[in-house]
Amino acid sequence: MYNIDTMSKGTFNGGVFLSERKEYTVDKKTKAIPAPREIILPLSQHIGSPNEPLVKPGDNVKLGQRIGESKSPVSAPVHSPVSGRVKSIQDFSNPIYRKTPAVVIENDGNDESVELVKRENPEELSKQELIRIIRDAGVVGLGGATFPTHIKLNVPGKIDTLIINGAECEPYLTCDHRLMIEKTNEILNGIYLLARILEVSNIFLAIEDNKLSAIFAMEKAIRERIKKFSRSKGHMPVQIVVLKAKYPQGGENQLIKAILKKEVLPGKFPTDMGIVVQNVGTCFAIYQAAYEGKPLIERCVTFTGGCLKEPGNFIVRFGTLLKDAIEFCGGFRERPAKIIIGGPMMGIAQYSLDIPTVKGVTGVIFLSKRELKFFEESTCIRCARCVDVCPVNLVPTEIMRMVKYSRWHYLDKLHPGDCIECGACAYACASKVPLVQYIKLAKLKEAKKK
Amino acid sequence: MKEENLYISPGPHIFSKESTPGLMKDVIIALVPAIFASIYFFKVKAFILLLVSIVSCVVFEAAIQFLMKRKIAISDCSAIVTGILFAMVMPPSLPIWVCILGCFVAIGLAKQLFGGLGFNIFNPALLARAFLAAAFPTFMTRWNHPLSLDAVTGATPLGLVKFSHNLDINYRDLFIGNVSGSLGETSALALVIGGLYLLIKKAIDWRIPLGYIGTVFIISFLTNLISPDIYAGGLFHILAGGLLIGAIFMATDPVTSPVTKTGRWVFGIGCGAVTMVIRLWSGLPEGVMYAILLMNALMPLLNRMTRPRRYGT
Ligand code: SF4
Ligand code: SF4
Repeated sequence: MYNIDTMSKGTFNGGVFLSERKEYTVDKKTKAIPAPREIILPLSQHIGSPNEPLVKPGDNVKLGQRIGESKSPVSAPVHSPVSGRVKSIQDFSNPIYRKTPAVVIENDGNDESVELVKRENPEELSKQELIRIIRDAGVVGLGGATFPTHIKLNVPGKIDTLIINGAECEPYLTCDHRLMIEKTNEILNGIYLLARILEVSNIFLAIEDNKLSAIFAMEKAIRERIKKFSRSKGHMPVQIVVLKAKYPQGGENQLIKAILKKEVLPGKFPTDMGIVVQNVGTCFAIYQAAYEGKPLIERCVTFTGGCLKEPGNFIVRFGTLLKDAIEFCGGFRERPAKIIIGGPMMGIAQYSLDIPTVKGVTGVIFLSKRELKFFEESTCIRCARCVDVCPVNLVPTEIMRMVKYSRWHYLDKLHPGDCIECGACAYACASKVPLVQYIKLAKLKEAKKK
Repeated sequence: MKEENLYISPGPHIFSKESTPGLMKDVIIALVPAIFASIYFFKVKAFILLLVSIVSCVVFEAAIQFLMKRKIAISDCSAIVTGILFAMVMPPSLPIWVCILGCFVAIGLAKQLFGGLGFNIFNPALLARAFLAAAFPTFMTRWNHPLSLDAVTGATPLGLVKFSHNLDINYRDLFIGNVSGSLGETSALALVIGGLYLLIKKAIDWRIPLGYIGTVFIISFLTNLISPDIYAGGLFHILAGGLLIGAIFMATDPVTSPVTKTGRWVFGIGCGAVTMVIRLWSGLPEGVMYAILLMNALMPLLNRMTRPRRYGT
């Protein structure tokens, strides 16, 4: 067993310690929110080429039926999360990518499903077959990045290390934590499938030290698995790595730094170094796709914040509007002043409750006015807080000054392109300078130059 | 729900509690022991100087910001810090009008002319002191004996060592502050307490005081080893003069010191080296002020030359 207090924990340079605020929901068992009468399903819910609709208004659709797809490889199809009739296809707000075309489906409430191909031993399938299953199920990175998973699994170079991301470093969010407790074996099966596809021998499962129950659950399941199968069936041992709870530990590069002590070269990707990082939620989705034949039509979302009567972790079908989901979790105790999709550090503030949930939604935070703090920006006093916390060695204050005073030619040497937009600098800034916006501007300027 | 009631802003949506006024208030709190020590040793003279200096700095700050149509930002407390620090580096017998003039130089020239808080290159209190030292050398070298205020002596401990080679040092008096000098230069104990507070609150970076004091110690220790009749030892150079107040409160001023970690090391060590060169081999007994101002001038260059290694390279 671990002695969490005394063991040495991996970490990265810089970063900030945040108050967790996970206590609202960390003990709440996931519950499924029933599908509302009407589903508004954005056609594209991934990063990459947009999908084309495969249905037209008036069509009847079944649960799990593919209704949007793109011919281009960097894409992931979307499937209907309910059975019913397509009412229309129209542009609709999307919490992450602004307005995108969406399919409006009238839910007939029968959940009549397409035939799902259950598989007993998917690990016996070929590598390419498994990748096809993952692609067809529309699996994307569920940590929030929504990058199509099959692309990451089909890289030309040799992959030798698989890192499973269970860090969940953003405050408030607990969906991954709950999944690790409730779907421990399913996640493990997903991990083994990934290992099978990538043919890797080093598998790390990274969890922050504030998620003890998840660490214990995963640890126990892994030990039982080893006892049962030994290594003969290709069951490589999964090594749990306990990491210091520090933001942004869940970033791919920060995980790699903390676990392998390696830094991803500028402009390169982890896959260039033989490393693939996948989120635990994605592993669960892979399990569902391969074992149950179930496409990605729903996910675990943390609904939290001081405004909710009953904050919790919910299985939400994609296309469920926030206002419908809220009704199910008891409605508001207090009127929200800010609604954030994602975590409070990198999440996106929303204009309204008429927003559908999509694959990239890890959580929705409803903050009351009391929970919001308003700061006025003052001039930078060069206190260097931002320099100390930046996980990728930037000097945010200098980038900000160069942008503010339009000294664009100085930007080259400041490498704003390396910024992962984690927001740690803006969080720590004594003068509350919106550093991330300045750096984004610098990035735009750099991109234009090229 | 009505949509105009929702706040929209880009992330992050949460912020640390730290703020500029908060940092300034920490510095003020850290200066409290030194303020008490100066009032204890120099009585009402110290009190009046401090009061005049703080009030003039705040008034000049507000007035200049008003005249230059800037936002009046005296609530950031930075003028109060400048006021206290300025008084701390003045001799107790300084005439009031010279003090007010010095505050004008600190706030008007050293700070607001450069663009206000965050844009100045030189530490305002030190630049003002340098100005007074050049313009009114007599006022600036009239030292009082502590406790018995009337006696005006010509020499601080540094002066005695340097010009009369009087190496008969009472370390206890030096540490407690029972020696002649500027208001805040005297009590090492009070300054160290304040410094520890700032370090615990993480209001200053430890690299600068450590680099500064460490360098001074090493140089003075070595020179003392070579010719003990001429040069005082390491401890003396740390306790005497403006070194502690300079290393703890002046060189650590965030605005005028580098932002990179390497830059801060170089900055601290540079301050120490220049201070010792002046103290040992120039015509002046004390070099803290010029050392910090010189390193202030190098700050933009240090920032540029000590950028952190690019991630992944
Ligand atoms: S500069 Fe970018 S990477 Fe560095 S702390 Fe700020 S947002 Fe994060
Ligand atoms: S944290 Fe803010 S005030 Fe401090 S140096 Fe960075 S930008 Fe300036």
